[in-house]
Amino acid sequence: MNQYPVWKYVLIAAVILTGALYALPNLYGDDPAVQVSPLRGAPVGEESKARVIDLLKGEGLPFKSFEQVERGMLIRFNNTEDQMRAKDIIDEKLGDSYVSALNLTPATPEWLASFNAAPMYLGLDLRGGVHFLMEVDMVAALRQAGERYVSDLRSILRNEKVRYLTIARVANDNAVEIKFRDAADRDTARSLIRKEFPRLLLEEEARGGDAFLVAKISDQELREIKKMALQQNVITLRNRVNELGVAEPVVQQQGENRIVVQLPGIQDTARAKEILGATATLEFRMAVENADVQAALAGRPPVGTRLYKERNGSPILLKKRIVVTGDQIIDAASGIEQQNGSPTVFISLDSKGARKMADTTRENIGKPMAVVFIENKIDTRRVDGELVKIKKKIEEVINVAVIRDQFSKRFQITGLDSTDEARDLALLLRAGALAAPIEIVEERTVGPSLGQDNIDQGVNSVIVGFIIVMIFMVVWYRVFGLVANLALAVNLVMIVAVLSMLQATLTLPGIAGIVLTVGMAVDANVLVFERIREELRSGNTPQASINAGYDKALSTIADANITTLIAALVLYAFGTGPIKGFAITLSIGIVTSMFTAIMGTRAVINLVYGGRKVKKLAI
Amino acid sequence: MRIFNKEPSFDFMGKRKLALIMSLTLVVISIGSLATRGLNFGIDFTGGTLIEVGYSNTVDLGEVRETLAGAGYDDAIAQHFGTSKDVLIRVPPHGEKSNADLSSDVLNALHVAASTDEVEMRRVEFVGPQVGDELTEDGGLAMIYALFGILIYITLRFEKRFAVGSVAALVHDVVITLGVFSLLQLEFDLTTLAAILAVIGYSLNDTIVVFDRIRENFRKMRKGTPVDIANRSINQMLSRTLVTSVTTLFVLMALFVLGGEIIHSFATALIIGIVIGTYSSVYVASATALALGINKQDLMPVKKEGEGEAEGVGDLP
Repeated sequence: MNQYPVWKYVLIAAVILTGALYALPNLYGDDPAVQVSPLRGAPVGEESKARVIDLLKGEGLPFKSFEQVERGMLIRFNNTEDQMRAKDIIDEKLGDSYVSALNLTPATPEWLASFNAAPMYLGLDLRGGVHFLMEVDMVAALRQAGERYVSDLRSILRNEKVRYLTIARVANDNAVEIKFRDAADRDTARSLIRKEFPRLLLEEEARGGDAFLVAKISDQELREIKKMALQQNVITLRNRVNELGVAEPVVQQQGENRIVVQLPGIQDTARAKEILGATATLEFRMAVENADVQAALAGRPPVGTRLYKERNGSPILLKKRIVVTGDQIIDAASGIEQQNGSPTVFISLDSKGARKMADTTRENIGKPMAVVFIENKIDTRRVDGELVKIKKKIEEVINVAVIRDQFSKRFQITGLDSTDEARDLALLLRAGALAAPIEIVEERTVGPSLGQDNIDQGVNSVIVGFIIVMIFMVVWYRVFGLVANLALAVNLVMIVAVLSMLQATLTLPGIAGIVLTVGMAVDANVLVFERIREELRSGNTPQASINAGYDKALSTIADANITTLIAALVLYAFGTGPIKGFAITLSIGIVTSMFTAIMGTRAVINLVYGGRKVKKLAI
Repeated sequence: MRIFNKEPSFDFMGKRKLALIMSLTLVVISIGSLATRGLNFGIDFTGGTLIEVGYSNTVDLGEVRETLAGAGYDDAIAQHFGTSKDVLIRVPPHGEKSNADLSSDVLNALHVAASTDEVEMRRVEFVGPQVGDELTEDGGLAMIYALFGILIYITLRFEKRFAVGSVAALVHDVVITLGVFSLLQLEFDLTTLAAILAVIGYSLNDTIVVFDRIRENFRKMRKGTPVDIANRSINQMLSRTLVTSVTTLFVLMALFVLGGEIIHSFATALIIGIVIGTYSSVYVASATALALGINKQDLMPVKKEGEGEAEGVGDLP
């Protein structure tokens, strides 16, 4: 009696070993590291790698390893002193097109990493950092779309010489209403609009003797406009976040109109807010051919021109007159040109921009045109205790291309070096286009000292709670208590393993969830042990009591745990942030404790007592 | 070691009138306090800004308040948090200025005022009014859905009168825990809400264990009134109920003492909830099921599913 078949021991051992393996990376700690990421189009390749390595070697700074990571380089160091020095050197010598960030990178050994094992992902409340929830103003996004249609419709009616009385946006219906003198004009307009803007839903109305045409934006297009507004903001924010040089930033869509931005390790929230909130615009300007750049550099630019700088720092002369500005761009997307397969960027302009672009390009075929990217930043600095806001305007030529043909509403920029460059250019064009306004609706910032305090306090309370419960169990249930403690320890390892495997975020409430599971995991064993005592009291043999104890307590344990699991899952589904973190560890804890407290302890009890004559149980 | 060397035989159900009066009194006081004083909602629900700063030396709250008033935040509340070097500042939504810039503004004012002392930003939380409303709504919904999910599961596994009994116990626990928070005006934030939901899970756990035994005894014991059987079941489970409550309270105490200020309200809610939950699984849940007229016939295994029902979920070890 009370013997497990071999396969059950094998299964339990396999589960525990797997758990231990995946929990292991948490013991290795972190390496101090510096992450170097390129800004905008700067290249990351063998050359930049060699430069960084040379820089460090030149200063005699030892480093542990050098890795190429997604869009950047990661250099690990032996201690934080070397790390700090390295960052200073890199910041100083590598130039403006790279940004570096201090980083703590998991020191998981390679053999473990090859199993995809990684340490738990700590939430911002534990590692310190900033969490922003931003909301895109969808009302404004729809208003912009409506206004664009008003201007588009107005210009096509004018161009085709269709007479109308008024044209205006109907705010609540996301529609444009056009008033005509008579039904004949309206019908001409109707067929024209249907041809040019097939996506608009057209309705005729007659009110007070006037003929109206209502052009409604379809629900599908409304959804697309909203989606576009959100994505555009996500892209803009990603760009800006890169500029902050954060090690593991998160910019993620949440729901239909929100964006989550998480910046681990950032302490200067004011600066983060400024950079995230910077506005960018674009200008298309004609470049001056065969210009006397030297004279311009000396401070004497030719009349009607201005000196700009390109990405790589080389000077370029542009005409002062602006062709088209960023708010006239409706969309920009990167792609491949069909004819020769070279990377390209497709741009759509609104009607006003399209007209100006058409006029300019018609007269300037064969001449170069430049795209200037302008960022307005507000920098807040403290000067002698006083708060000073400094407005900074950064202008940069991001692309120069030769005009090959007259442009229309849609045109493309070709001759780009790589698909990466095309993508970056499209990103910048979109970032500079008119974006729906965005607002911070939630901020949670945790300073680094508090993060460390939270970890320390969390770990301490887990350990102390754990030890008290263990002592209690041994005093109360003796040998059986020891077995339960073993299960409890394994349970803790399993929770850590599952959290590491899922890469779920561990937060302070999550630690509280673990503490609570420790308390509740004991319950399954308490139920079994009390039942065994009862069976012994009613005169059963030790072996029969063990068997009956486990058997009869099982359905109770299952019921109790399943109901708690229901509560935990509901918490997970409805909760945000802290509640989710708590629900995750609680759910994981319930599942693992079922395994360790029932199967695990039974296996050990069977090993101790099973298959022999037992007179008395130490319970 | 054990508390009872033989099965205890307290007459729990005999005192259920007394318990009813006590529960009713507690619930009425709680609801009264919730209605008049309300809960001291944290910024998660009200919206607003919370700033925790650490000074390098002990700091006088009066000076901090003066600085804040000087910066135009005379409605800001400043208090010590944990130690006399840490200060927690709450700023209610500020009309025009109710945006994310407010925290930088306040921090700057503090930096300037504390020229000799180091001021360190420990934590900033800003919750916009739209988010606060959502969190309140989601929190309420979570509570209601959890209760319904549990009601359905227990109806399926046991019987509807047990389900009503357990939900009555849950509502009882939640109302009284909230009542204590209201009476003492402890801060109620998102983590506290999570704790309340954990109380639901825990109290349920307790109730189900007792119900499970009542069901078993109804089937096994040929004699005895429902009251006797309930009494016997509660007595049989008494040492388990106490041991589990004690171990859970141990870890919660560890959390309360060592977990830091942020986790305080969480631990407090759970400690109150577990004490109340232990009491309610004995009295409220069983007494309600009895009052609704639970009897032997209701719990006899249905013929078709007979065995599976009586033996439990499966044949794990």
